[in-house]
Amino acid sequence: MKLLWFHLMPYTELPEDFATRYGSVWVDIDPRLFDPKRGHQLYNEFMDELEHAADVGFDGICVNEHHSNGYGLMPSPNLIASALCRRTRDAAIVVMGNSLALYNPPTRVAEEFAMLDCISGGRLVAGFPVGTPMDTCYAYGQNPSTLRARYHEAHDLIVQAWKAEAPFAFHGRFNKQRYVNVWPRPIQKPHPPIWIPGGGSVETWQWCAREDYVYAYLSYFGYQAGRAVMQGFWDEMDRLGKDRNPYRAGFLQFVGVAETREEAMRLYREPAEYFYGRCLSVDARFAAPPGYTTEATIRSKVTSQLAQAARKADESKRAFSAPTFEEIVEKGYVVVGSPDEVAEQLRTVATELNVGQLMLLLQFGNMRRDATLYNTELFAKRVLPQLRDLFDDRWENRWWPKPLPREERVVPTRGAAR
Amino acid sequence: MSAPAERAIRVNGAPCRVWEKGEGAPLGVLAPFGGWPRWTPFLEALSTRRRVIVPSPPGFPGGLGHDRLDDLPDWIAATLDLLEGADLAGADLVGLSVGGTLAAEAAAFSPGIAKRLVLVAPFGLYDAAEPTADPWAQRLEHLPALLCADPARLAAELLPTSGEDAVERQVLVQRAFEAAARLLWPNVELGLHKRLHRVRQPVLLVWGSGDRVVPPSYAKRFAAGIAGPTELREIAGAGHRVDLDAPEALAEMILAFLGPSIADRGRRS
Repeated sequence: MKLLWFHLMPYTELPEDFATRYGSVWVDIDPRLFDPKRGHQLYNEFMDELEHAADVGFDGICVNEHHSNGYGLMPSPNLIASALCRRTRDAAIVVMGNSLALYNPPTRVAEEFAMLDCISGGRLVAGFPVGTPMDTCYAYGQNPSTLRARYHEAHDLIVQAWKAEAPFAFHGRFNKQRYVNVWPRPIQKPHPPIWIPGGGSVETWQWCAREDYVYAYLSYFGYQAGRAVMQGFWDEMDRLGKDRNPYRAGFLQFVGVAETREEAMRLYREPAEYFYGRCLSVDARFAAPPGYTTEATIRSKVTSQLAQAARKADESKRAFSAPTFEEIVEKGYVVVGSPDEVAEQLRTVATELNVGQLMLLLQFGNMRRDATLYNTELFAKRVLPQLRDLFDDRWENRWWPKPLPREERVVPTRGAAR
Repeated sequence: MSAPAERAIRVNGAPCRVWEKGEGAPLGVLAPFGGWPRWTPFLEALSTRRRVIVPSPPGFPGGLGHDRLDDLPDWIAATLDLLEGADLAGADLVGLSVGGTLAAEAAAFSPGIAKRLVLVAPFGLYDAAEPTADPWAQRLEHLPALLCADPARLAAELLPTSGEDAVERQVLVQRAFEAAARLLWPNVELGLHKRLHRVRQPVLLVWGSGDRVVPPSYAKRFAAGIAGPTELREIAGAGHRVDLDAPEALAEMILAFLGPSIADRGRRS
């Protein structure tokens, strides 16, 4: 299986009474809470951490896009990814991803991803999220009623642009471009692997099956809560006659590993309580713009995790009760323990959910650099080797980047690339 | 309150419900934010003196096809199709809230479409100094109090009637909010201030004094832009959904502005 190191890049200095005093971490978060000097430190530390994860043997490093968000400091993940391409040698660069409908024209995504694919020597995974309501409809003012149609059209334009062998005119419903001609061209042919971060919508599952893309369920609520969604996904694959290749699926899991469970409980309590108590304080009024959820999904009664998160935050605000670390661990939001315990739990997660692309959050909340590096290194040394071989006896990962041969990839001449 | 006659016309190939009740000169009514899942006391009060015709705009309860409309010209064409299809071309026209936007835009693009206009708390203008509320960034449980002085009236509209499937009602409600969003997201205006001077017919502007969505001061902004003669009226205490908060008073005010219909005159003579 593939083990990927994911960074959300949370702002680490939200005040203790954030949820009750400031309300929403997203959309209308108080801009005075951001200290740019601290931002300077955080961006550099966070990029160090991603690079370090690549150094110690994670298969891929992941970044994603959020706007006006106190737990996700990457309005442009491509900027970060670009720097990571230069400072890493072999890890996949997984951008999860660009919210396609926000780019005008979407050709911009085709261009920037092609740049990243060239710079990295063909190590890019192209993530195409619709984007959350908070990011797309509120922070970026996109119309929720046209968002999905725009997203799908943008996808068609980008893929066509990557495959085209001559300039072409694109005449879409929302995008009209007389001359589409992406320079540079991506190294990977016909294009980098496409992964779709999504919620629990049946249409997304069907679309991933049809296009043969990876479906990634980026849940903040761990494997117990994710089980129903992944079950729905695999049932749908069965129904559509697709195989159960675990590499069709990605899943996000928070992990805190230490020499002993007791040490892990001590070490990761504060960052976990920070994340679930402050970072998920999302005002429910930004969670469900009309039209964002399709009528088919309303009828299927699958509630998105964002709506769930907002509702939870909402409930917790009314009678403020952010989850304690004990609850967080018990519900499986964060997998915690010694290396062997964590490996055992993650083996269960991967097997039960049938997930081959496992994304791990080893930095979360206000976790400091030393704890993050410790978590990362211990995982790489003592957990990763126990899991790496899972699935490979039976399944081929057709959704992994195919870079240039190592000897053909350029090493930056100034400073050591890792 | 007996049920209105109901038929469907097609707009862009999608069915849109048309209700009709009463006698006299035709009076078109375009629904407010959220629409009308069922016949209401306000429409009933209007129908006592006029032949009330209520065509449902695309996506509003009773109408489909909002997802085929991508921009303002699409919505204008659909509204004109809707009014013409309901035999309302040249008739008096009432538009409330989002329906008021459609009525004003239709009149600006096609001045002959309405004889006289009544706009009840229409969306369509935006003044940064006194911004309209964002009706789509609300928790569902807060929406009734935002839209109505008496929240229970709207809350009742959002709930399924007995025997109605709760999920289908949720779909209907969300679709109505989505249709309004599709037209007016995010700042509830589409540049109407550049076209208001083309509204040349007599216009009655009505606001609830307690409107928390479109501040009552917007009545003056509309009046200043409209070329035709305008009358401004306020209904004390009512919220944005004046039709729910003060159905009889609103109907009375509209009927007084439009004057006695031919049928009334016929009865009196």
